Amino acid sequence: MGKKEKSGQSLNQIKTSTNIVFNLIFLFLAIICVIPLLFVFSISITDEESIRANGYQLIPQVFSASAYEFLWNERLTILRAAFMSVAVTVIGTIISIALNTSMGYVVSRRNFKLKQIYTWLIFIPMVFNGGMLASYVVVNNILGLNNSIWALILPLACSAFSVTICRTFFRTTVPDSIIESAKIDGAGQFRIWSRIVLPISKPVMATIGMFAAFGYWNDWFQASLYIQDAKLQTLQSLLNQMQKNIEYIANNPYGGVSLQQYRSSMPTESVRMAIAIVIIVPIACTYPFFQKYFISGLTIGSVKE
Amino acid sequence: MGTKKMTDGGKKLVKKPRRKRWSKDDTELFLLSLPTLLWFLIFSYLPMFGIIIAFKVYKLAPGGHGFIYNLLHSEWAGFGNFKYFFTSNAFTMLLRNTILYNIAFIIISATVAVGGALILSNMRNKKGSKVYQTMMFLPYFMSWVVISYFVYALLTPERGYINGIITAMGGERIMWYQEKKYWPFILIFLNTWKGMGYGMVLYLASITGIDPSLYEAAVMDGATKSQQARHITLPAIKPVFVMMLILDCGKIFNSDFGLFYQVTGQLPASLYTTASTFDTYIYNAIQSTAPIGQTAAASFFQAICSCATILLANWIVSKIDNENRII
Repeated sequence: MGKKEKSGQSLNQIKTSTNIVFNLIFLFLAIICVIPLLFVFSISITDEESIRANGYQLIPQVFSASAYEFLWNERLTILRAAFMSVAVTVIGTIISIALNTSMGYVVSRRNFKLKQIYTWLIFIPMVFNGGMLASYVVVNNILGLNNSIWALILPLACSAFSVTICRTFFRTTVPDSIIESAKIDGAGQFRIWSRIVLPISKPVMATIGMFAAFGYWNDWFQASLYIQDAKLQTLQSLLNQMQKNIEYIANNPYGGVSLQQYRSSMPTESVRMAIAIVIIVPIACTYPFFQKYFISGLTIGSVKE
Repeated sequence: MGTKKMTDGGKKLVKKPRRKRWSKDDTELFLLSLPTLLWFLIFSYLPMFGIIIAFKVYKLAPGGHGFIYNLLHSEWAGFGNFKYFFTSNAFTMLLRNTILYNIAFIIISATVAVGGALILSNMRNKKGSKVYQTMMFLPYFMSWVVISYFVYALLTPERGYINGIITAMGGERIMWYQEKKYWPFILIFLNTWKGMGYGMVLYLASITGIDPSLYEAAVMDGATKSQQARHITLPAIKPVFVMMLILDCGKIFNSDFGLFYQVTGQLPASLYTTASTFDTYIYNAIQSTAPIGQTAAASFFQAICSCATILLANWIVSKIDNENRII
């Protein structure tokens, strides 16, 4: 007891030995979470001959930047896919924020006549959906969005979950008095939403926006269902496509080089890993800064009415 | 402050009689919500009518009409499509795989997340704990396509890292993508691995929200760490735990398509019976020329079961502990 009372803080602390064990466990867990990145990166900088002879190596015996050179030579394909990924992510995120926050704001208004109907309207999709096939039929056969960028954007633009997060946030943090005084000043609801509510709701916009942005950037499923046109491929679907057909790029030469030359010069394994690196790096560099918004989203979302 | 309250109160009094009529405010709010309303009607409610497809024998009507026209002019199949699906060889296998994997996922993920959060909250070095959390969050942000490359790097038979280690130690190479017996473990491991950071941080957030005076009082009364965990921490995170559990139960007939399809390498025939779930079955059916009605029946069965399980889970929770139900 005497030892513990030396400083107030250590009163309820675990023993040093326990602390060390805990740290070792988590060090191990943390490492297995990030080490695959290293594997993939190592392969992408290993010489193709060396891979063929000795398999993958953690520390390449023969370094080679040829995979990245190859990507550079194929930059038309890669940049186009990267451009598509960025376009889908940016447009999708903006649309997603607009749709979710506007609906969230509307259902957060207590006096709104249709509030009850809307609450049900948003609740039902949480427990029941038409299933994968029906969604496919709607997007593909009824809306005819096949091979269009909108097939990648619209189906993921909104969700009952995000609307609920927005509603809870607006209801708990935006004071009614602000909205009422804006109304007295003659502002319409659209103006109140865009000029008053949104500017003071940056945390929830960040949360919704982050969910949407990572969702769009990582999406390959929509693309695999709706996109057959090579020109509309995103980075993820390119990577997915390459797994299905390793020699995809070789079959789509942009220069005047023959297929045979391409095949012999293409370091397949390392190139695929290099493309994976191109996808991962933007995420790995940004997520530590946005991590907190993912958690805040869930904690807001779990607040009950 | 005082005057503000006064005006607020005053307005409420004036407003009351007006409440019953449709106001300009309501029109504006309706217009503001219209885009999202349309989105919900098209992308959430329209697919619900997809149920009709499951009861039809879809045929292309002559004359090149649209999908809806063809559907309405197709013959009714009664429960024929469902019967076909329930009596097919795949059904029992799909049901078993989907449910067993999900049960394993729920139990293991919840244990790891709660256990990890308890440990993290007790860790003395807060900086270190933050670093671990951030590192463990990384897999959450990776798509299954990217993860399938990680797995490929480890498991590909001729060059993969793991076979490299096995042969270096004098063992025989394992043809990972052809051996069924390893995959339940691989899939469960990957699912845990991907969601671990997220789950822990989620529970940690609610643990940090606990009033520290509760712990102080417990220490005064001589409670040990494990007693504190049992009587303070665990009850405090129960609402989040129950919420996650109900949501997970609602997904028990669904599966993470990418995990089962991408990670296994487009689900090769050798792993078909081990890693097939309803979602991979439906996806393969969409990609193939299988009659759309039969696929719709499978898809609809899955949707109905999901709905039933989430309502059931919620009902059970409401019976045991009404405060923690989510609906």
